Amino acid sequence: MLRQIEGSRAVAETVALCRPEVVCAYPISPQTHIIEAVGAMVKAGDLTPCEFINVESEFAAMSVAIGASATGARAYTATASQGLLFMMEAVYNAAGLGLPIVMTLANRAIGAPINIWNDHSDAMAVRDSGWIQLFAETNQEAADLHVQAFRLAEELSVPVMVCMDGFILTHAVEGVDILDQSFVDSFLPPYEPRQVLDTSDPVSIGAMVGPEAFEEVRYLAHLRQLDALERIPLIAKEFAEATGRESGGLVRSYRTDDADIIIVALGSVLGTIKDAVDIRREAGERVGVVGITSFRPFPGRAVHEALSHARQVVIVEKAFSLGSGGVLSTDVAMAMQGTPLTLRTVIAGLGGRSITRRSLEKLIEAAGRDELEGLTFLDLDNGAVERERARMSATRRSGPSAENLLRDRGTVSSVKAKEEV
Amino acid sequence: MVTAAEILSVAAFGEGRHAQAFPSFGSERTGAPVVSFCRIDDFEIRTREPVMEPDAVIVQDVTLIHQVDLFSGLSKDGYVLVNTSRDFDELGFGDFFSEFRPERLVTCPATELALELLGRPLPNAALLGGFAALTGQITMTAIDKAVRDRFAGPVGERNAAAAAAAFSFVTSKEEELARASSD
Amino acid sequence: MTTQPVHFYQIGSFAVGNRLLSDDERTVQSNLDRTNSIDSGHRACQGCGEALGARYALDAAMRATNGQIVAVNATGCLEVFSTPYPETSWRIPWLHSLFGNAPAVATGVAAALRVKGNRDVRVVAQAGDGGTVDIGFGCLSGMFERNDDVLFICYDNEGYMNTGVQRSAATPPAARTATTEVVGPEPGNIFGQGKDLPRIAMAHDIPYVATATVADLHDLERKVERAMELHGARYLHVLVPCPLGWGSASNETIHIARLAKESGLFPVFEAENGKVTSVSKIRRQVPVEDYLSIQRRFAHLFGKNPRPDVVAHIQEMADQNIARYGLVDEDADSKEMAE
Repeated sequence: MLRQIEGSRAVAETVALCRPEVVCAYPISPQTHIIEAVGAMVKAGDLTPCEFINVESEFAAMSVAIGASATGARAYTATASQGLLFMMEAVYNAAGLGLPIVMTLANRAIGAPINIWNDHSDAMAVRDSGWIQLFAETNQEAADLHVQAFRLAEELSVPVMVCMDGFILTHAVEGVDILDQSFVDSFLPPYEPRQVLDTSDPVSIGAMVGPEAFEEVRYLAHLRQLDALERIPLIAKEFAEATGRESGGLVRSYRTDDADIIIVALGSVLGTIKDAVDIRREAGERVGVVGITSFRPFPGRAVHEALSHARQVVIVEKAFSLGSGGVLSTDVAMAMQGTPLTLRTVIAGLGGRSITRRSLEKLIEAAGRDELEGLTFLDLDNGAVERERARMSATRRSGPSAENLLRDRGTVSSVKAKEEV
Repeated sequence: MVTAAEILSVAAFGEGRHAQAFPSFGSERTGAPVVSFCRIDDFEIRTREPVMEPDAVIVQDVTLIHQVDLFSGLSKDGYVLVNTSRDFDELGFGDFFSEFRPERLVTCPATELALELLGRPLPNAALLGGFAALTGQITMTAIDKAVRDRFAGPVGERNAAAAAAAFSFVTSKEEELARASSD
Repeated sequence: MTTQPVHFYQIGSFAVGNRLLSDDERTVQSNLDRTNSIDSGHRACQGCGEALGARYALDAAMRATNGQIVAVNATGCLEVFSTPYPETSWRIPWLHSLFGNAPAVATGVAAALRVKGNRDVRVVAQAGDGGTVDIGFGCLSGMFERNDDVLFICYDNEGYMNTGVQRSAATPPAARTATTEVVGPEPGNIFGQGKDLPRIAMAHDIPYVATATVADLHDLERKVERAMELHGARYLHVLVPCPLGWGSASNETIHIARLAKESGLFPVFEAENGKVTSVSKIRRQVPVEDYLSIQRRFAHLFGKNPRPDVVAHIQEMADQNIARYGLVDEDADSKEMAE
């Protein structure tokens, strides 16, 4: 049923439809509304049988999920940013043990400096862990992806995280069609584990593996991710046939057929990019956009097919590798090896800085004039940076950069009052 | 303000339109200035940027008007609704709004109405009623239903009453302004 | 007429598997049908207290639950020596996740069993002192606070033995470890306030807390079985000497454990819902020297630069325990009675 609800709520209700058996989570902005909603459903008896466990840390959350999943229960948790890092050891552990846990990652920047707003640095931090990472463009997709995630995870015995932009999606209220229970039940059969802690058939799970077999074990895990490249489009197709809408899949192209310049991005910014693309198209520019939904496994072939006819590809990313450059860009560059394509990286939206349609339009214009450098930071206040650098070289103890930057900028005021209000 | 934008979006949805509402400051901290946004359209809303060029600005906390740049990007044909018992010209904007359309700039004592009808200084519903009257972008019926959906039982009724009261207030204000400008 | 000496086998001796005991008083280990939850072929050191303790504890848990337990293990000696790639000595379902999360993983296992309506299978989590008192502490406290249905067993050999004998919060004062070397004015581990996990567990008011040593294996089994009669968070702290880490002879493990108890350094007791319910009295108190002097990790307290002041300080700790738990009977005569 189509409802006007908060993204978090849509996700919570959809996760509940997937009949999770053990839900455990630790609160962190901006995931709290999801877990609160699921918790309330369990407490009220609306989601049953389900154990909802208030754990003492994110590390405990993923650990509880590991224990539950290994015992054959469908397990779910959610986190963001610092919480993801706190459970990182367990995140790798879950993937290594092949446990089909599903987790919502409400993308948020990683500190220091502490920042609660959206960017993709958290997802990027665990991209090598062996988890499948799917990025939602809208709240509709975020909700739908969870159903596909459980199905995918359990088929392959690989954990899956559904990434949705914190605040931008989690806290946005918009129209989402919530699926019904009978459809989800038909789409998602009960969890049948590949290995399980069972007293009638005891196994030891989690033993050490030495140099003699570690490489092969790792490679097999990689192959499972590559298997996902096959399964993801098929699951999305099945979903689309049943619901009539496109959610999931590997990549999605918009106005790229005759595009000269193609923008590539992950997540909710794709919506704003599409609006910018439409405006530039009206101005005669041949530009399109490719959204990558499956970031891990990285759909190299699909990306290659989607981009190879363009002249220039501009990757707009909400994360970067300090001291190096773009993260998504590295994957795209690998996929586009051997083509004469020009690749440009634009880092944008860090720490929740808004990516405006106007800025994107200017970006596209600049790309059209071949004026983009290899690596650009969108809307960077160069003057402020230079002034801070000058301060830092003038004195050893120049003070915290963030404070200096804000002081430098001063406060913003509107029309001055003639008298007190 | 988070709730008001949300309710407005629900009201628009109720009229069969597309709507998107979100806060700009989603932190846990109460007491900080909060801006929230609502977009209403007849087509799918894809963009996720904050509203950079609003068609309307609703100011719930009048003490912010000279502290924060509230009207940046507001079109000259834009609407402003300020929650205060004073008149718009008494707010000390000087020449700032001289090129705007005066009939689109109104105040409404939403907090007072809320205190009177709800017993609590929660002006959100009232402001939405005022907004409906000011802009005609949403019907009072839709606001009424959305308010009642959001707040159950007698609380919903009282909020709906506050919205209706504000609707009447602004409607009369508009009529006054229309008479004044035609003189 | 020839005389033949008659040997009396006394019930209640230290020997386990005594055939004169009634069936229910015999140890599980004496039974040919024992489950051997952790089977032979593991790679523990000769004389390993942890292997001994784990073997007894888990088979007792299996007897108490009709063979229905799942074991969760933290990283550490027990995990490493019991699953030497590519073998395993576990005959029960067993899960090793990470170092610090055994309590949380066990919580997850218990939750899954509960949600599936499985009331028969019980969960035992086990870790060394490091995985309990240090890195596992947060998760352990969380598990206690939620009263999750898990029996957590800490095998305390007072240091990070698997990684080469480094100090943990359970390492006693003055003990030599690789990170508390015998150098400087305070050789060995410093005197701190310690981290009394059994008391911390009691402070959480969980249904059952008990301490035990591998010197009294009947007692250990009995406590495991008592724990399995109860539900909710239960904690068992077992002192398991480590010949390698403690620098003791591999055939003295049980003897040293006994001395730890008899000196008062390791109180043996049970508690329920935060209150001590039974205390295992010291049979024949020994001065702490007897315990310390046979472990090379304390050798620097004796020998050419003896530290009687440190030994006296340690004796104070033992005396405090004796006072706190009432480990010694006031009646001096009872000390004379042999068993």
